[in-house]
Amino acid sequence: MDGFPILSLMMAVPMAGAIACLYAGANQARWIALLATLVDLALGILLWANFDQSGSGAQWQFQEYAPIFGRFAWALGIDGIALVLIMLTVFLMPICIGASWEAIQKRVGEYMAAFLFMEVLMIGVFTAQDLYLFYVMFEAGLIPMYLIIGIWGGADRIYASYKFFLYTLLGSVLMLIAMMWMVHEAGTTDIPTLMTYNFDPQVQVWLFLAFFASFAVKMPMWPVHTWLPDAHVQAPTAGSVILAGVLLKMGGYGFIRFSLPMFPEASAQLAWLIWGLSMVAVVYTSLVALVQTDMKKLIAYSSVAHMAIVTVGLFAFNQAGIEGAMMVMLGHGLVSGALFLCVGVIYDRLHTREISRYGGLSINMPKYAVLFLLFTMASIGLPGTSNFVGEFLALMGIYQVSTWVALVCTTGIILGAAYMLYLYRRIAYGEQKNADAAAMPDLSAREIWLLAPIAAAVLWMGIYPESFLAPMRSDIRALEARIASAAPAGDSKIKMGPAIPTAQAHHEEEAAHGEAH
Amino acid sequence: MIESASLLAVLPELILTAGGLVLLMIAAFSGDAAARVVNWLSVLTLLVAGLALSTSVANGPVAFNGLVRADAFSVFAKALIYAAAGAAILLAPRYFLAGSALRPEYPVLILFSSVGMGMMVSAGDMLTLYVGLEMQSLAAYVLASFMRQDERSSEAGLKYFVLGSLASGILLYGIALLYGFTGSTSFEGIAVAMGDGVGRGELFGMVFLLAGLAFKMSAVPFHMWTPDVYEGAPTPVTTFFGSAPKVAAMALTVRVAIEALGPAGLDWQQIVIFVALASIIFGAVAAIGQTNIKRLMAYSSINNVGFALIGLAAATPAGVAATMSYMAIYVVMTIGGFACILQMRDAQGRPVESIASLAGLSQSRKGLAAALAIFMFSMAGIPPLFGFWAKFLVFDAAVAAGLTALAVFGIAASVIGAFYYLKIIKTMYFDEPADAYESRGGPVENVILTACAVVIVVGYLLNPALDHASAVAAASLF
Repeated sequence: MDGFPILSLMMAVPMAGAIACLYAGANQARWIALLATLVDLALGILLWANFDQSGSGAQWQFQEYAPIFGRFAWALGIDGIALVLIMLTVFLMPICIGASWEAIQKRVGEYMAAFLFMEVLMIGVFTAQDLYLFYVMFEAGLIPMYLIIGIWGGADRIYASYKFFLYTLLGSVLMLIAMMWMVHEAGTTDIPTLMTYNFDPQVQVWLFLAFFASFAVKMPMWPVHTWLPDAHVQAPTAGSVILAGVLLKMGGYGFIRFSLPMFPEASAQLAWLIWGLSMVAVVYTSLVALVQTDMKKLIAYSSVAHMAIVTVGLFAFNQAGIEGAMMVMLGHGLVSGALFLCVGVIYDRLHTREISRYGGLSINMPKYAVLFLLFTMASIGLPGTSNFVGEFLALMGIYQVSTWVALVCTTGIILGAAYMLYLYRRIAYGEQKNADAAAMPDLSAREIWLLAPIAAAVLWMGIYPESFLAPMRSDIRALEARIASAAPAGDSKIKMGPAIPTAQAHHEEEAAHGEAH
Repeated sequence: MIESASLLAVLPELILTAGGLVLLMIAAFSGDAAARVVNWLSVLTLLVAGLALSTSVANGPVAFNGLVRADAFSVFAKALIYAAAGAAILLAPRYFLAGSALRPEYPVLILFSSVGMGMMVSAGDMLTLYVGLEMQSLAAYVLASFMRQDERSSEAGLKYFVLGSLASGILLYGIALLYGFTGSTSFEGIAVAMGDGVGRGELFGMVFLLAGLAFKMSAVPFHMWTPDVYEGAPTPVTTFFGSAPKVAAMALTVRVAIEALGPAGLDWQQIVIFVALASIIFGAVAAIGQTNIKRLMAYSSINNVGFALIGLAAATPAGVAATMSYMAIYVVMTIGGFACILQMRDAQGRPVESIASLAGLSQSRKGLAAALAIFMFSMAGIPPLFGFWAKFLVFDAAVAAGLTALAVFGIAASVIGAFYYLKIIKTMYFDEPADAYESRGGPVENVILTACAVVIVVGYLLNPALDHASAVAAASLF
């Protein structure tokens, strides 16, 4: 794989597909889009297979560098953290295309082009190694998402599209100014170099806040989350999937790639802010989710609560917390995507998202009820599913630093169980009070093909998370070492007992003992 | 005795003048029938003048004992001006044909205006500055009222003339004050006189001078004429006003500020900062309620001038380079945007100007809607379009010069501006189709449109060239 520009290729394929879709008829466009995303998935698997996750290799792999833009360069490269997020993207994209196969009937070519362009930009965000290239990719995502919400969205789509666009734009522009300052200070746009550059701790606070403005909106954190329910409710199903599945992860990725390693002192100083906002988010948005009557809104609010677990995990300043945050991001990407698909399935049949219009679906849609139950349980964080691993690690991480934060955030799991089970009960159980809902057919083969891969991935991640933790481990360890000096002291007063000698150590000890004789 | 080197240094202006006079004769004797020929010949004249730029700079930078400066800065600005003027000529015939006002005087007036603009950007003396400015303005007043039988056009011309004369008076008063207190009209002489500290009289002169220039750039608070003139003037003329004279006025302001008023940097810096922020915010807020696309473009131009001035506020070579790069990118976006607006014609070929008529354009004219969307997103400064890079450069220069607060306010205000650009895209893409436009655009319009759109989309590849050219241009001022 040496020297083969696979990352550029992964961006070129959907780009070419997007241009082709613009000129193709409806049916052709669907097939072009599916093909392009599947090719990208194959390339992604190839990328994963060739990624050296032993931890002994270089941190940055598959690097490409072409200084073609004057002040910044086409510099790409990934570490384990970026790798798993890229995998999430390329995994969800074909599913999004499949979910739009029949639901989108007008202006199909443009729709598919917007999605493929979105994929280019998402991969670009996770691979960019140049600060300004990152910004370009990060911001450019607004254009296709604005069009997706605005053209193919629901009744209030125009308001939602404006809100989404302006909110996120305002958050990001301040980050740009901070980036300019950093580049002038450090004299480079290279992200790996900047990650080891020590900025003056006093300035760090300002830089941190500027980046925070952008990532907090993107994430989204309370109280700047209000664009998310609107955008989710109005976006078409696939738009919600990609929004919840990948776009929100850009915020978390930003924290882990920029805020923590570049401003470790400021991160520690302002950790109380993050913790505070996250605690409010976990409790408040969970309670809000509990009273929603609109399915998509409920899942949107639950996303905000889950993302709050991500932020506390990240700002736990230890390996468990950060690994947990990453796992929640991956798990939430799959599960919330799947939940939006589940909503989409019944929305396509009845054209309403009102929870009260459904009921007793487990009678007439048994296959649907089974899969929906699986994703509901995964969202709650049942052991054996993806979210359990992440939430457990993240909360364990924060417990070492602040028991109070851990206590409050853990209520999120209880509240999560409340609103998700309540949702499930109202939709799948009970009597079939509406004749039209009772007459809905069960999942079609296409819909099963959309949900089954996600179900498999959710279980895989829950049962054998090592596959996903292994590529990230050495990178997270490096990050932990970078922020260790600034990490706040814990209040949990953990007293480590004497380490239980492992078999190997025991063996070595005996050998040493034997030699002494 | 005039040296030949001096004459060669102003060769582009000589070519344009001679070409303009010859074409005027052709126009006078063969009447309106020659309009198309004169059109093409004037574009050719502009092209030849553009080629002569290399000769002029080789014989520069000082010509006519410092009255004129033919340096890299003037070459950069003139190249932009000639290109914009050429585009304004090429885009015109279809519009004037529909209003049965296709006359050969239009390109000739643009040529004369270009001569004036050339003098403005290469002025080395207040008198050259004033003569150039007036030459440009007089041609522009006539152009604004070019559709004689159209009431709005005549009104626009008159309004422009009255307010423009007032501004010229203010400017001239400033020049007089500066001359009185420094004893010189040459930029160098003024700078030397100001070197020992800025006196009160000099300060007054400077303020009047900058006020007059702000009028020409249509920067807040001297912007009032812009929306009315942009709306009333025939659309090709508005295209011209929005591009070439803006470049000329901006380049002139930069040159005056750096070369003549350089020692008073700290004094004019605060004026420029105020004008820049006021233009950005006012241009953005006032545009929101507009229903006429030409008025909207007027406010957009005010907004853009504000951004360009942020580069000047930095008062560094990087800042000047950023301002000039901004103008280059802005000209491409403006010409492209107006090439779209010119294609807004109803089924009978009559021009339409309301934003509401764009509704559903993405379904009836896919290409046109996509192009206009590209220009609008670009003006809003959304990457990956080139308009983002223009804003990036000026803010980067401001940050490098330590004006972080200015950059933060400016960029936050740019989000307000994004709203009204989005409104146009919303109208084209989200709304239900209104009455369809003419089904296809003219070939020339389409070529210009496509060329501009391509530049805006893949512009980042031009970065190294643009960086180099603007840096060389800026270096020649310091």
